[in-house]
Amino acid sequence: MSIFFEKYSKYIPDDHFWFARSCIRQNFFPGAEQRFLKIMREKLKKDVYDSPHHTTCTGIGYHTDIVHFETIMTVIARQFALMTEDGYENIAISCVTSFGIYQDVLEKWEVEPDLLEKARRYLKEATGREFKLPKAAVHTSDIIFKFRHEIASQLKYPLINKLTGEPLRVVDHVGCHYAKMFPSKGIGGAEYPYVLAGLVEAWGGESIDYPERRHCCGFGFRNYIVKADRGYSLTHSRIKFESMYPFKPDLILTNCPGCNMFMDRWQYVIAETEGKTYGDTPGYGIPVLTFEELTALVLGYDPWEIGLQMHQVPVEPLLRKMGIDFDPAGRYYGPDGTFLGKPEKPSFLKIE
Amino acid sequence: MSKSLVDELFEDVHVRHGLEACINCGMCTSVCPAALVYDYDPRVLVNLVEKRDEQTIEELLKSDYIWYCGECMSCTTRCPRNNSPGEIVIALRHLSQRKGLFIHSARGRQQYAVLKTVGGSILGKGYCVYFDDLTLERFPEQGPTWDWVRKNRHQILNKVGAAYKEVKAGPMRKIAESDLAELKKIFDVTGGSELYEIIEEKSREVMKKEGKDEESYFNEVYESPVK
Repeated sequence: MSIFFEKYSKYIPDDHFWFARSCIRQNFFPGAEQRFLKIMREKLKKDVYDSPHHTTCTGIGYHTDIVHFETIMTVIARQFALMTEDGYENIAISCVTSFGIYQDVLEKWEVEPDLLEKARRYLKEATGREFKLPKAAVHTSDIIFKFRHEIASQLKYPLINKLTGEPLRVVDHVGCHYAKMFPSKGIGGAEYPYVLAGLVEAWGGESIDYPERRHCCGFGFRNYIVKADRGYSLTHSRIKFESMYPFKPDLILTNCPGCNMFMDRWQYVIAETEGKTYGDTPGYGIPVLTFEELTALVLGYDPWEIGLQMHQVPVEPLLRKMGIDFDPAGRYYGPDGTFLGKPEKPSFLKIE
Repeated sequence: MSKSLVDELFEDVHVRHGLEACINCGMCTSVCPAALVYDYDPRVLVNLVEKRDEQTIEELLKSDYIWYCGECMSCTTRCPRNNSPGEIVIALRHLSQRKGLFIHSARGRQQYAVLKTVGGSILGKGYCVYFDDLTLERFPEQGPTWDWVRKNRHQILNKVGAAYKEVKAGPMRKIAESDLAELKKIFDVTGGSELYEIIEEKSREVMKKEGKDEESYFNEVYESPVK
């Protein structure tokens, strides 16, 4: 069996990462990326460089088809050039769409060396820069997975329901582009997703399987970007909620920022349009957290500094189950103590 | 003599990597989210491409059929022969745009909306999507909490550690002009700018023919449901 599972593990460096931010994670969950950096530096004592010069990888443009391969591979080459100039060899990629593109570009360069040479020529002509290929290109969730036991040794709030003493029931959703294109590049491959379940198990929770675990969240790139086609996205998230609901999850855990946003927002839309919610208390949704947000919570960071007030589905039911000592009113205050008012209440989905 | 559409399609890196030999098992269709909601079948699409027939390819490039796929790449995982219908779709869409054929289908015309939103953001801000553009008008599903975040952006983004619109390292930072200039130069050198121009130019031809201004055409392709 160990031989069988060898192909579902991968090399993850121990230290010295060059951080590539995600357009969606930064803009919807900026606190998640910052908590990742804090955890890496403060709790795990790792070196992660946050470059002020990299740009989008253009991944959403690529998968909405307004950016072609030769352009995106050269943008990726520029990120590698910056990393080379900064003295790093391991890229830590925050976005799952980007992660898939980095794997795709590296694979095509390996199979077709002419393409790699073309990328070098294009980049030199456009920017004067040169680059070395990375020693490792990993997703940030891979890194947290690698250090999950070290994190477990520093846990402040394990994934135990303090009200019942039972492990919290966690369903995961791994972004399609993490392992569906290149299963050997993802922990557990596409068939046995373990990159998130491994965190849940290490921190005391129970990972719950559900029939549509591997189904796409429904981003569908152009199907979401074009407003007229957005029903595609809603439909597929709904398929997942219906599939996980009978298992009474306490939490949906994700490693892809887009999936996280969709599974949070579409629960609100379903509640408002159908009067249907999926949480264990009527009117409440299932909280949806990114892996960085959950890691920060179990380590004791303040929920409102993590940015959980930016979620539409309230996280407070989960915080109470975890026994987290938090200020419920804190979500409505700015860093200088200014009261910011409260969001308008949805008509059906309950918020605190 | 110009190359045939078939030759151009089969020279595309995505077809070179995404099409081995289809055995018509239909596994791709069985897991395809697009096939679940649209009258779309990736197995049929691959069959049509494999015919290598010029007229068939031209019809495909002018049709809605190539624009349903969500590029989740679930098909790639399951194909027992290492094909990737999703990659073939990328090649078809690129060729359809490069040849100006995308304007013949309602879903193809939506690329103008993609260009104006994602495309503009990439070269204008250095992000595929940026906070300032994520309005409730365009994204009503973002909901009231998002609206509250937008109204209190400076306080909330500061609290979570964002570098909103600042030229320094950090989330949501302003990408420096020198970095944006390099990105634009990459687009110029690799044909990316040319692709933008073709989508813009061909869309303008439609606007002119149909007597529409930019705003009404954008709203039509962005918001109007396609039957």
